[in-house]
Amino acid sequence: MSGYLLSRSIQTVLTLLVMSVLVFVGLYLVGNPVDVLLSPTATPAERLQVIQSFGLDKPVWEQYGLFLTRALSGDLGNSFVFNQPALTLILNRMPATLELAFVALLIGLVFGIPLGIYAGLKPKSLVSKSVMTFSILGFSLPTFWIGLVMVMLFSVKLGWLPASGRGDTVPIFGVPLSLFTLDGLSHLLLPAFNLALFKISLIIRLTRAGVLETMQLDFVRFARAKGLPERRIVRVHVLKNTLIPLITVIGLELGSLIAFAVVTETIFAWPGMGKLIIDAIAVLDRPVILAYLMITVVMFSIINLLVDILYSIVDPRVRLEGNS
Amino acid sequence: MSHDTNSATSVHGGGPARRSRSPFRQMITALLHDKLALIGIVMVSIFILAAVFSPLTAPQDPYDLSQLDILDGRLPPGSTSVNGMVYLIGTDDQGRDLLSAILYGLRTSILVGISSAAIALVIGASIGLVSAYAGGRLDSFLMRVVDIQLSFPAILIALIFLAILGQGVDKIILALIVTQWAYYARTIRGSALVERKRAYVDAARSMALPDRSILFRHILPNCLPPLIVVATMRVAYAIMLEATLSFLGIGLPVTEPSLGLLISNGFEYLLSGDYWISFFPGLVLLLLIVAINLIGDELRDILNPRREG
Repeated sequence: MSGYLLSRSIQTVLTLLVMSVLVFVGLYLVGNPVDVLLSPTATPAERLQVIQSFGLDKPVWEQYGLFLTRALSGDLGNSFVFNQPALTLILNRMPATLELAFVALLIGLVFGIPLGIYAGLKPKSLVSKSVMTFSILGFSLPTFWIGLVMVMLFSVKLGWLPASGRGDTVPIFGVPLSLFTLDGLSHLLLPAFNLALFKISLIIRLTRAGVLETMQLDFVRFARAKGLPERRIVRVHVLKNTLIPLITVIGLELGSLIAFAVVTETIFAWPGMGKLIIDAIAVLDRPVILAYLMITVVMFSIINLLVDILYSIVDPRVRLEGNS
Repeated sequence: MSHDTNSATSVHGGGPARRSRSPFRQMITALLHDKLALIGIVMVSIFILAAVFSPLTAPQDPYDLSQLDILDGRLPPGSTSVNGMVYLIGTDDQGRDLLSAILYGLRTSILVGISSAAIALVIGASIGLVSAYAGGRLDSFLMRVVDIQLSFPAILIALIFLAILGQGVDKIILALIVTQWAYYARTIRGSALVERKRAYVDAARSMALPDRSILFRHILPNCLPPLIVVATMRVAYAIMLEATLSFLGIGLPVTEPSLGLLISNGFEYLLSGDYWISFFPGLVLLLLIVAINLIGDELRDILNPRREG
């Protein structure tokens, strides 16, 4: 186990290094951030001063070295635009994104699993066929467009739910959350559903496929032959074997929800880190882009690690190995 | 899925005759016998034709400024222009006929989707094949790269690439290739590992055929069916991803609007009630993706050996 953790940590660090070099050099080649930092009326002297204060006159490898040494002490640089540490900026916005992603995941599971199980147990019924047709639709609906349609319908036409912002938040353990105020909840509902729609479809399909496949396996036949009631076969034998593989998928999907929150946050003006990165890309705010990347790499690595560990706990056949 | 069981069994239950037909031909036949897939094929064909011939099918050239009249801006569907032209689904903020803009946008979307998926397929399939055939260290290294890349959502990788590359059709195609090759590599590696152990590969080896020939002329054709399923789904995904990125303002430049950019243009007028500028391009995008997914979905069912229980 400790060997496994070690090799995974090394892998994460390597990924971080490779990604940071690629992005750093890439961003360095693209454009000069000085133009973003200065007003058009700046004098050459002011220009020089800004260039020197950000270390932009040094060669790229020296700048990268500087970035790396600072990053190791937890300093990912100051945002060019906000003039605040990029790390603080992102961490301040992270709870909003995580809240959105987790609620969306929950919605996906609550709707996806029961519908998927039903569609898997009774694949020929009309309801199952409708569910599957819906899932193709949900798979094909572009997240951003359905978000717009939701705003149009529920906010503009019907006026039921607010179109943008986060609403009132209450601090839970020092983290501001919208989930526990009525106003916050009403703001959360549309974006969370928007983000969840794709996942509902995905989870329906995976659950259905899993149930269909498990129902044909020998141990189900054996359970039937033993005369176990169908309910027990489904509840204990089929569900267990269907839902365990779902853990992996759910872990990966949590990551994808966090990434796709970029889109939903843009539509609903949700003040999360996705909105921040889009704005940062538009003005080439290098430190923020880099910091966002570093943080997501770490976050995803942790999620993947947790998923693997969880999987090895629930499925004893899986052994985690240190070298591979 | 409501697939036509009769036609499916006639294709699959053919006993010895099954061997004589190529897996590719079998797939096409089964596909044409399925109602939903047929609907998908017809829809996709219509979209492609309309897009390819958009200069002919569009009532107006939306990028010819002399044909535009700013007075026609944001007219609702069914309005008549000052010069007598009827705008079936309205106009956008610059007075462009929305239908024409959609047809031109469709062309960009389809071009980006298909070309990126095709190039990614060639690159990914080559890497996957080599990886499976070579085995050993090269294989584990390549697959580790694939694993790491697939643990990051495609949109994140595309986002980072576009942040570096900037906007442009070539750049978004490049970003989509980078995000997609790994799916193909993994798929084909899986099937190539199985195929590699088959007798015909041993036969080819014993005839001292060169590795390249065994790989591309013997193993590759047998790995194609699952690859085609992945490719179909990936084209749909690529089109959706491009639209999403363009919507976010980091995909295509304003000079080459795809469906995503049209939707994005309409976004600011949505809250004032001018729904059609965003709605109709989105509807076309949705129908296009549904159609492609219908085909992909049936293909997957056809190729899944466990499907008939």
